[in-house]
Amino acid sequence: MFGLCAVAGVLVVLTLVDLVYQLVTNAQPAISKFGLGFVTSTTWKPNFSIEGAGALLYGTAVTSLMAVVLATPLGVAIGLYLSMMAPRRVRAVVGPLVELLAAVPSIIYGFWGLVVLVPFVDKLEPGLHSALGFIPLFGPASPIGISVFTAGLVLTVMILPIISALSRDLFLTVPTELKDGAAALGATPWEVIRGIVLPTTVSGVSAAVVLGLGRALGEAIAVSFVIGDVTAIHKSLFDPGSSGAAEIANQFTSPVNSLHTAAMFYVGLVLVVIGMLTSVAARTIAGRFDVTQRVI
Amino acid sequence: MSATSETTLFEAMPFDPTAPLTPTGNLRRRAGVSRFVQVTATAAAIFAVAVLVIVLYGVAVRGASALSFSFVITNPTGLAGGGIFNSLLGTLEIVAFAALIALPIGVLTGLYLTEFAGPRSRTANALRFALDIMAGLPTIIVGLFVYGLIVIPQHRQSGFAGAVALAIVMLPLMARSSQEVLLLVPGSLREAADALGVSRWRTVLSVILPAAFGGILTGAILATARAAGETAPLLICDSIFNPTATEFNLFHGVPSVSMFIYTSYDLPLAQAVTRAWGAAFVLMMLILIANVLARLILARSRAKMGR
Repeated sequence: MFGLCAVAGVLVVLTLVDLVYQLVTNAQPAISKFGLGFVTSTTWKPNFSIEGAGALLYGTAVTSLMAVVLATPLGVAIGLYLSMMAPRRVRAVVGPLVELLAAVPSIIYGFWGLVVLVPFVDKLEPGLHSALGFIPLFGPASPIGISVFTAGLVLTVMILPIISALSRDLFLTVPTELKDGAAALGATPWEVIRGIVLPTTVSGVSAAVVLGLGRALGEAIAVSFVIGDVTAIHKSLFDPGSSGAAEIANQFTSPVNSLHTAAMFYVGLVLVVIGMLTSVAARTIAGRFDVTQRVI
Repeated sequence: MSATSETTLFEAMPFDPTAPLTPTGNLRRRAGVSRFVQVTATAAAIFAVAVLVIVLYGVAVRGASALSFSFVITNPTGLAGGGIFNSLLGTLEIVAFAALIALPIGVLTGLYLTEFAGPRSRTANALRFALDIMAGLPTIIVGLFVYGLIVIPQHRQSGFAGAVALAIVMLPLMARSSQEVLLLVPGSLREAADALGVSRWRTVLSVILPAAFGGILTGAILATARAAGETAPLLICDSIFNPTATEFNLFHGVPSVSMFIYTSYDLPLAQAVTRAWGAAFVLMMLILIANVLARLILARSRAKMGR
């Protein structure tokens, strides 16, 4: 029995090692041709055998950061509501509903984003542009609502349940004596949150945010539906773009040559390195809290 | 001088013991801020539920028009006719095979971490770390890995490759959930078995696994539901298949519901898009039902264990 269990454990580690090995071997032609400059070069022209992942990684970074910036305050607020303010019955219904949001598959978010969210964004963008147009991020509206901004919104919806469910669980671990003690000293509910709940869980919540970020960085399908597949860097969020994972989803099934495939493996390798770094970061930041993506 | 100001203060605000206690000045500001935060947090929760409702409603309204009994039991015909029977069957085949791989490995890993490794074992820590990284891998990267591992050597895409990829997606979830459930099994059960002189593996098989069965089943259902909705690994490993035929051989390209939706969305026919919405609706209902079912099982087994 112990032997079987140990074999299973070894298998897990071996899979991970082999994964990196496979990515490196298959990316080899691209690695030897483009070297490390691959990650900063912004020209992605597979037809001319010129591949640089800069624009893709920029798209990945912008969409994920936007999702994290929007989803963090929302998710923490939902966590606070579910752990401290909601009546017991509401909690028992809304909590699982928020978790169901995480169970909706990415293909459905992508499809929904394309058909429902895109027309909505199309109406939203002109307003945002005229109100906030002085910031270069909010440039002229995209023609039909397919843009980096839309992708960021879809990712926000996708990582919101991760951040809110994890932060709710963290807030529930704060000892009642501390909260009651603060309240007995005359602290208002918000002061209890600011003075007790958030400081004791800040490391765990940050780890939850990093986990959400990791999820957003690697999302391929949903992003590929709404981002527009344009491999260039634009200042405005309202211009179409692309992201590393979305580009693999878009082009992997129809590569122009073997170098193109290798370049996509190289992009995958870069994403794995970033993904591992976020996992390590989440684990390090979390400290004594046990924060991981979970299903139950 | 200070005496004067105190007198003015008293004269300005005479103490009335019968007046209702209302916050004033700074206290009122603090209460206001607190109220504002509470309202904001409530609004955020309402927003999240609203998003879920909007997504579900959006899919249901568009999918319902395509939906009928024959939609589920016929194969697609041409570009826009027929149903999704072969895709549904394909998804079930692939996911079942993936579960067959991931379930034993996941549960065994969970057992190793909770029953066999010591509390400060370095191996166990490394394994937990590996599982964390695995859970954080983008699923499209898992697809690339299996492409290199299986598709390139075999020179063909297959349902088998897709199933292996999905198994890798499921594995960390399975390991994680079974680990959590095994930790819930009361230590007194283990001690009782130890006191009877039962060997460790015997305890695991006849005491611990039965006690944790409900929770492990919950984890398995949830992980399977997650895998059933995955598109990216299948796009890389299992996207070349005959879209109108039923395929039982896992070593051929096997159609799947998620790939069906993915390939339908850019067809230039309105009926094709309607058909894709129907498929999306079926997929989502299956996943949501699995989720609700899993939670019910978990609640029941928790009640049985007295937690």
